[in-house]
Amino acid sequence: MTYTNPLRDPNDRRLPRIAGPCGLVLFGVTGDLSRKKIMPAIYDLANRGLLPPGFSLVGFARRDWADQDFAQVVHDSVKSYARTEFREEVWQQLAEGFRFVPGDFDDDIAFDQLRRTIEELDLARGTDGNHAFYLAIPPGFFGTVVGQLKEHGLADGGGADSWRRVVVEKPFGHDLESAQELNNVLAGVFSSGSIFRIDHYLGKETVQNILAMRFANTMFEPIWNANYVDHVQITMAEDGGIGGRAGYYDGIGAARDVIQNHLLQLMSLVAMEEPTSFDAESLRIEKQKVLSSVVLPRRLDLTTARAQYAEGWAGGQKVAGFLEEEGIKKSSTTETYAAVTLNIATRRWAGVPFYLRTGKRLGRRVTEVAIVFKKAPHQPFGESSTEDLTENALVIRIQPDEGVTLRFGSKVPGTAMEIRDVNMDFAYGGSFTESSPEAYERLILDVLLGDPPLFPRHEEVELSWKILDPILEHWAKQDAAGKAKPDSYESGTWGPKSADAMLARDGRSWRRP
Amino acid sequence: MIELTDTNAAAIASEFVRARKKAGSPAMGMVMTMVVVVDEDIAGDVMAVARHASHEHPARVLGVILGDARGAAQVNAQVGAGAGWSGETALIRLKGEVVKHPESVVLPLLLPDSPVAIYWPTDPPEDTANDPLGALAQRRITDAAGAKRGKGKAIHTQCASYTKGNTDLAWTRITPWRALLAAALDQHHFQVTGASVTAERISPSADLLGAWLGDRLKVPVTRKNSSGPGITEVVLETKEGPIGISRGDGKLATYSSPGHPDRPIALKRRDLPELLAEELRRLDEDDVYAETARKLVKMGRKA
Repeated sequence: MTYTNPLRDPNDRRLPRIAGPCGLVLFGVTGDLSRKKIMPAIYDLANRGLLPPGFSLVGFARRDWADQDFAQVVHDSVKSYARTEFREEVWQQLAEGFRFVPGDFDDDIAFDQLRRTIEELDLARGTDGNHAFYLAIPPGFFGTVVGQLKEHGLADGGGADSWRRVVVEKPFGHDLESAQELNNVLAGVFSSGSIFRIDHYLGKETVQNILAMRFANTMFEPIWNANYVDHVQITMAEDGGIGGRAGYYDGIGAARDVIQNHLLQLMSLVAMEEPTSFDAESLRIEKQKVLSSVVLPRRLDLTTARAQYAEGWAGGQKVAGFLEEEGIKKSSTTETYAAVTLNIATRRWAGVPFYLRTGKRLGRRVTEVAIVFKKAPHQPFGESSTEDLTENALVIRIQPDEGVTLRFGSKVPGTAMEIRDVNMDFAYGGSFTESSPEAYERLILDVLLGDPPLFPRHEEVELSWKILDPILEHWAKQDAAGKAKPDSYESGTWGPKSADAMLARDGRSWRRP
Repeated sequence: MIELTDTNAAAIASEFVRARKKAGSPAMGMVMTMVVVVDEDIAGDVMAVARHASHEHPARVLGVILGDARGAAQVNAQVGAGAGWSGETALIRLKGEVVKHPESVVLPLLLPDSPVAIYWPTDPPEDTANDPLGALAQRRITDAAGAKRGKGKAIHTQCASYTKGNTDLAWTRITPWRALLAAALDQHHFQVTGASVTAERISPSADLLGAWLGDRLKVPVTRKNSSGPGITEVVLETKEGPIGISRGDGKLATYSSPGHPDRPIALKRRDLPELLAEELRRLDEDDVYAETARKLVKMGRKA
């Protein structure tokens, strides 16, 4: 007989889901990701009462630290970066569960000690053998670490009821082949249901709201197709440069870093058909359908653009160009700006190009999806009255200033009939809680609960690479032939002329986000 | 804040529009109207609570002070927007005959289409849904722990007149306790044979928690007294041993369960803005509260 908890009631929506007894093992505790995102998110979860009693956090790094030193690092990170207020009793609940294991990733003794630490926690803190391994480390080490986890019996839990999960961050490879290799490494140790790939964009409230907006309302879906939509622009712009990440960024570039994961995921949410339900499997099926219907234009030289930022003035500060950044070779052809045109070969989207662009050192930090509609087929108003009227547009602002803008024409007050664009604005922060949870809180909780809808599966990752690989190869071929190099654009502007030309060829232009 | 003396609903409404225009017609995105029925002496504090809660739920907040019902009718109001509010606010003082017809002032000031919530921080009418102001709202929030008269009976009175849309903050206060207890039974698939709730002598929250446990688990629940603060211990008896949560200081609790070490867990008593914000998150009927209220009334009859 299956057990039903008498205290649970599907109608009781006040009760939050609290993760069962478990612990998290964090590899790479000194990195920015751990300090700025993961540790504060864990504290915020505890503060909201969503972590189980006895939750434990084990740090693993090549540092000569004791448990207290690690606790101090977490304490500092929580104090500076946590979203919610610092409360002593919450800290006390967490603090007893901090452990630190010093060692290298290939150090057998350290992994033995890690196993003993976990077993000790199961006894002392009642974590019941449930542990997630968070690999906040460069992907080059994934193989070594998961191999060690397997070898030291850490990859499968002690009992039938306990679980072991692994969490990895992008990049998921640098092309299809390496993505498959990476997946083989992980899949050789963990089952596919136990591998959680974090694309933090999918944890954002506004991204999840795309699905709510499309499928919970009646007024958007009827026009969400090639009959009404002219084209779609998806933009993720950063105002910063590569900072100190030259080692990581050189050779990777904007397309691999952003388009392959964030932008293609956004595109699949915007373009997908209605899933049969909102469980992980149904969502994955629909996203996979979109990704496998993507067709690249024939002439990649005319429908893609790539560029590097040149020195210039960004937001009132003089900044260096990409090739002058420390650690970047003068001859580097890594792009810091990439724009691509994609077609989706389905009845819904035939003839509607999706323009995806991303770049560093652009005008401002902004991510948004713009659905640009066709012009009205007939205007009863004279040409002069509609001169200022452009296309209707629906803009989903992902960050910052989350919300939705609807642009349409309206009569200018006065005796003449003059029609001009106006905006109708919905600000997420204005209508709902001002402190919506960080994407990482949601995602870490989902890992601990074993709830996978918001994590991309390896099939999606591989399909994304299949879309991007021909473009990357085309660029590599141009480089090899010495025919074309990445263009350059002045820092603090909205990208290279070649990207503008790319849209101009289709008779369109980029929105200013 | 603009002071309007000897005024009416239409003048208050046009003051709202004027204030909004003055602020440059910002998109307000107000999601509801919240009516707060309050006494003059605590009006300032209660409006501050409503202001905090309105950060999460931008609302038009209408504070209504019901004064002396004798004499000539007079409506005075302070109207404003901004200044820490995420929506609009008016504090309306009624005197004289109009005190018996407060809905006539409030009705024209409700935002179109959006829901209406009403909150009595101290002594609510016995049957809130049939109160002239309560009838305007689909969510009626009382606070039995804030009652000044008959505190021991307040929650029972509210449960007896339960109508769809009613809740009491005593119920909100026990959400974290209920979450932990439910999570405990997610882990331990044990048959619960009995339960006990220990709290201050007068604790509406403890009464509700006992009723909820009794209703869901179908076991007798013992109510024990302690010196507080609030609820200090909940124990579920099982054949395998007791599952317990005890909290002596109102902040940090100890969670114990069979076969596991005792562990600390943060379980802080929450303040009013947080409680009110939780209430406003759901504007439909709370079915579980309805069942619990029914159970509490039944238990009261037997006792």
